[in-house]
Amino acid sequence: MPGTVLTITSGKGGVGKTTATANIAAALAQLGKKVVCVDADIGLRNLDLILGLENRIVYDLVDVVEGRCRLRQAMIRDKRLPNLFLIPAAQTRDKTAISPTDMVHLCDDLRQEFDWILIDSPAGIERGFRNAIAPADQVAVVTNPEVSAVRDADRIIGLIEAEEKGPARLLINRLNPAMVRQGDMLAVEDVLDLLAIDLLGVVPEDDAVVVNANRGTPVALDEKSRAGQAFRNVARRLLGENVPLLPLEDESGLLQRLSRLFGRGD
Amino acid sequence: MAAEKPKIEIKGVRDGLLITVGDRGDWPAAQDALLETILARSEFFRGARLALDVGPRPLKAAPLGRLRDRLADLGVTLWAVLSESPKTQETARTLGLEIHLARPRPGRVVRPVDTRPRGEEALLVHRTLRSGMRVEFAGHVVVLGNVHAGAEVVAAGDIIVWGHLRGVAHAGAQGNAAAVVCALDLSPTQLRIAEYIATAPPRQGPPVPEMAAVRDGQVVAEPWTPKLK
Ligand SMILES: Nc1ncnc2c1ncn2[C@@H]1O[C@H](COP(=O)(O)OP(=O)(O)O)[C@@H](O)[C@H]1O
Ligand SMILES: [Mg+2]
Repeated sequence: MPGTVLTITSGKGGVGKTTATANIAAALAQLGKKVVCVDADIGLRNLDLILGLENRIVYDLVDVVEGRCRLRQAMIRDKRLPNLFLIPAAQTRDKTAISPTDMVHLCDDLRQEFDWILIDSPAGIERGFRNAIAPADQVAVVTNPEVSAVRDADRIIGLIEAEEKGPARLLINRLNPAMVRQGDMLAVEDVLDLLAIDLLGVVPEDDAVVVNANRGTPVALDEKSRAGQAFRNVARRLLGENVPLLPLEDESGLLQRLSRLFGRGD
Repeated sequence: MAAEKPKIEIKGVRDGLLITVGDRGDWPAAQDALLETILARSEFFRGARLALDVGPRPLKAAPLGRLRDRLADLGVTLWAVLSESPKTQETARTLGLEIHLARPRPGRVVRPVDTRPRGEEALLVHRTLRSGMRVEFAGHVVVLGNVHAGAEVVAAGDIIVWGHLRGVAHAGAQGNAAAVVCALDLSPTQLRIAEYIATAPPRQGPPVPEMAAVRDGQVVAEPWTPKLK
């Protein structure tokens, strides 16, 4: 069976697309799937850093597209997970070096060999976004639970629908339960009410994300981290399992509300 | 003086001709420019039914009545005056003129039989309008979905939203203050009916269907409930 292309995108930058791509990929690989991450955020390379693979880059996405190397030569195998690969972005080239058609052809090749192809997309409404969305079978939109990020996410969800790549699913990242309780942050149900799309997962704010990223080990491989657990749950949902939302804190009311919300998404 | 001359635009519409008088210059100058245009092509205009768009100009009954008589002398029937000014709209109504293009001239209305009620043009938008999207239509707009914050609906007629209305809605955008905005959840960022502007106060409790309309010069929201007979 040919693999599935999942594009991870957002309206606003810095909400956690790269973090999500690396960690969902690692979690899928840990579950035994053959996974490749494609860094389509050309010029803003950092997926390799989170995976700790930056010193192994020889060829990149643009080299593949322009025929300077074979696809296989540009794939870097992960140190820990033998069925996880990365095709890095070119840091020096601008986004017009690749077209949406190039991405479609590339992914058609990758589908033959991989179960999952995860594309880390640039933010916003630029050329790079079209490249990342063109080959997608599924789209995940990452947002933080704040008004401006949600507004930008809404705009992107509209564009995804316009490209007939919808319905996109939502990944809410950096939720801080204490702030939600104080009314200083949008709650999960507020965000879902504003965006009216299905939920793929909720990842809490967690220092372990930054610590692990600096070490080049995705937090999804950290058994103790709550964010890591959330990413592992997302991976299982992608595989079709019905995994309830992570209890964000020991407050039974909130917990029940969340699990009810998630049930609705399926 | 020449710089003060307003622009005259002529368009064919379903009900005859529509002449738009530009905003520049005072009313006498505008009227002169208008009559000059008609005189220059008097054969073309003879027998025409004319709707006149005077823009934001507030006009009293005397000058408007005088213009109608001058036009009649030239064989032109003035049947409608369009304006964003409530004053001008009131004047036009007093003179028995229409203030809206969509409605046919009174007297020409053929009362439809009950089995075939007359409809008006509407655009059905069967989707959620997300941030950055805009729908504009010269009739009514019906949205089966939400209008999210950052989205905008502009209609010459009414706006009906079967969902949340959280963006900007402008009904009666060509000056019809009788237009209404209805939604299952009426929480717009901004709501406009003709030239009246309102913002929704934060709502307490769960949403109920509401209808916004202009009453005594103010936009008010009232429960939108079926009036069953
Ligand atoms: N759940 C989280 N908890 C804490 N920090 C996070 C979390 N997710 C992302 N971050 C941090 O936020 C920053 C931006 O994340 P990144 O994945 O690079 O965003 P993007 O790719 O959307 O620009 C990074 O420093 C990352 O470590
Ligand atoms: Mg990134």
